[in-house]
Amino acid sequence: MGLKIFKNVILNQKTGFLLVEDGKIVDFRQELPEDSSAQVYDGRECHVLPSLIDVHVHLREPGFEYKETIKSGLAAAAAGGFGQVLAMANTSPVNDSASITEFMLGKNMESHPAGPFLYPVGALTRNLQGAQLSPLAELKEAGCRAFSNDGLPVKDNELFRRAVEYASDLGMIVIDHCEDTYLAAGGVMNEGKISSYLGLKGIPSVAESLQVARDILLAAYLDTPIHLAHISCEESLELIAWAKEKSIPVTAETCPHYLFWDEEIIQDYNTMAKVNPPLRKKKDVLAMRNALKNGVIDIIATDHAPHADFEKEVPFAEAPNGISGLDTALSLCLKLIRRGVMELDDLTWLMSLSPGRIFNLPVNTFQKGDPADFILLDMEYEWQVTPEEMLSMGKNTPCMGMELMGRVMAHFMGGKEIFSRF
Amino acid sequence: MNWTHKDLLDIESLSIEEIRHIFQTSSRFIEINSRSIKKVPILRGKSVVLFFAEPSTRTKTSFDMAAKRLSADSFSLASKGSSLQKGESLKDTVLTLEAMKPDAIVMRHSLSGSAGFIARHLKCSVLNAGDGWHAHPTQALLDGFTLSRTWGDDFQGKTLLILGDIAHSRVARSDIKLFTRLGCRLRICAPRTLIPHDIRNWPVEVYHDLYEACREVDAVISLRLQLERQEAGLLPDIREYSVRFCLGQRHLETAAPGVKIMHPGPMNRGVEISSNLADSKDSLILDQVESGVAVRMALLYLYLARPKHEQEIPEV
Repeated sequence: MGLKIFKNVILNQKTGFLLVEDGKIVDFRQELPEDSSAQVYDGRECHVLPSLIDVHVHLREPGFEYKETIKSGLAAAAAGGFGQVLAMANTSPVNDSASITEFMLGKNMESHPAGPFLYPVGALTRNLQGAQLSPLAELKEAGCRAFSNDGLPVKDNELFRRAVEYASDLGMIVIDHCEDTYLAAGGVMNEGKISSYLGLKGIPSVAESLQVARDILLAAYLDTPIHLAHISCEESLELIAWAKEKSIPVTAETCPHYLFWDEEIIQDYNTMAKVNPPLRKKKDVLAMRNALKNGVIDIIATDHAPHADFEKEVPFAEAPNGISGLDTALSLCLKLIRRGVMELDDLTWLMSLSPGRIFNLPVNTFQKGDPADFILLDMEYEWQVTPEEMLSMGKNTPCMGMELMGRVMAHFMGGKEIFSRF
Repeated sequence: MNWTHKDLLDIESLSIEEIRHIFQTSSRFIEINSRSIKKVPILRGKSVVLFFAEPSTRTKTSFDMAAKRLSADSFSLASKGSSLQKGESLKDTVLTLEAMKPDAIVMRHSLSGSAGFIARHLKCSVLNAGDGWHAHPTQALLDGFTLSRTWGDDFQGKTLLILGDIAHSRVARSDIKLFTRLGCRLRICAPRTLIPHDIRNWPVEVYHDLYEACREVDAVISLRLQLERQEAGLLPDIREYSVRFCLGQRHLETAAPGVKIMHPGPMNRGVEISSNLADSKDSLILDQVESGVAVRMALLYLYLARPKHEQEIPEV
């Protein structure tokens, strides 16, 4: 493979030429290199960013192909700027065996051989039942990148402790969905002003923070990392900040929806905003943005949870939890930059370099030899979120109809174009 | 008054003038209901579906009687034996019903927000006969109308106590909104486990002691205690609840003179209200039932007869 030159691209506020060869970064320079044989690609003054990494998606296959398939989910990932995604295990059958893991990886190779790449997250316990460990070594061998009981948190503290220990032998990290299922039982939205007004059973924020505290104390006691999924409330952030001060090995992610919306958007029983953990209060949204700046939150992940339209067209309590996120996450998060919460570099860290580091995935820092996985981002591109604009089969998002600014125009993995809007 | 609403989903959407207009219209129907021939032809040719996806005796009978007295045809559908039991979605069920061209669907459903949900999908009127813990607007209106028959228009500054399971009560939510709008001061009294977590945002004073709660009150609405609250761990047992919260004559010694007692029914005598008090001269419990038919006639009339036909209620 010969040299490829991406001209007219902006890296770290400098317009120049990105040089790629054999799927690797060669150099970024501001003068045109003299190599007439090189293939030249016009970047049209887009920002060039490393391809994003989403450590929390639900791709629904096998079992729920009417909601999403690996093919459609990865197409949405490519268009949304995500080159690597960690796919949760709550498929049907559950991903608790090598055969399901291999099936998922096979589907990835069938539909998107050049990327985006899916890394299965193995079920921590068999059938996600929280009773018995899954064959974790077998799952790792088959290609799982982490373990989690996402969606059905392990209630039994002793079992959870043993799971974290056993996974650590294998050099694998456990991702915990922090929720005390007794405190949260039957709840359908955040417990507070809106839930009491609407007559809906609430999920108190302490259902999350209590489990966050458990995980922090276990991580400290075992001196073993635990990754905390989709953090939604201020109390959890305070606990994580304390843990980090003490150098306890926990890491944490939040999702775009916890950065932009609070419980108020459920006023009219809006099932598109039904998600677990639930959208909290305004103070939690503000605390969450702050936590991105001060390092309490390590990662922005989407918790992409596609559902069929008809599943959300039911009374609120009957609607499934989840927001479809891959298509809109980056465009939404660019608002954080326009609002002065952070710089583009910080966003790159939270959505690519930091998740890559925590989950030991290849990342592109645009140094010589790094994988040529990158996106071309037009920061000024205005678009409206419509079902047609979304490549995910799940159109369930509170963004529907919204005008967003900034969009991925092209996406390259190993120097090959996997998506283009040009 | 030109009635512009398509649906009755909750109390919020009604202005104070509209509430008073409903009361005035209900008075006319009270009079009609006292005649020997109670049927009037105002809604002849109209059809009303009574879709009760949750058990109900009084609300359903009350709506049924109201529709029939106005000469509308009413059709009953219960969740038991309906296609909802066969796994049909609520949306499909009501779209199917609407295809049969009813003028209104009256619905009772166990899920909060379900009335608003079907109203968004339907062109016909939707009257909410109770949705989950959210709203029971016709109950609140009949409660208000019942008191207006005693108090006239004089609600301003009256103190009203709602006693019992506030957290899980659509009646409490709708009553609080209605009586606040009418200018009353609201109190609630219950153990903390039966009060919503964020009660600070509500326009009510909270009591946990029934004697204190009853001081100077002008009316008490005692709510039915659902016996499953004990199983959910919200109460130790029904006996202990009744010792603390069963409304009796002794609690009312410090109440305002002429205090009125109400209950939306069905009552658990001896649990949330003493049997003697329920049957006493201060009790308006059966007046509520009588008012209920008139209020529902008024609502069917307002939602179905106007503005298209501008029919007048026949004079005596």
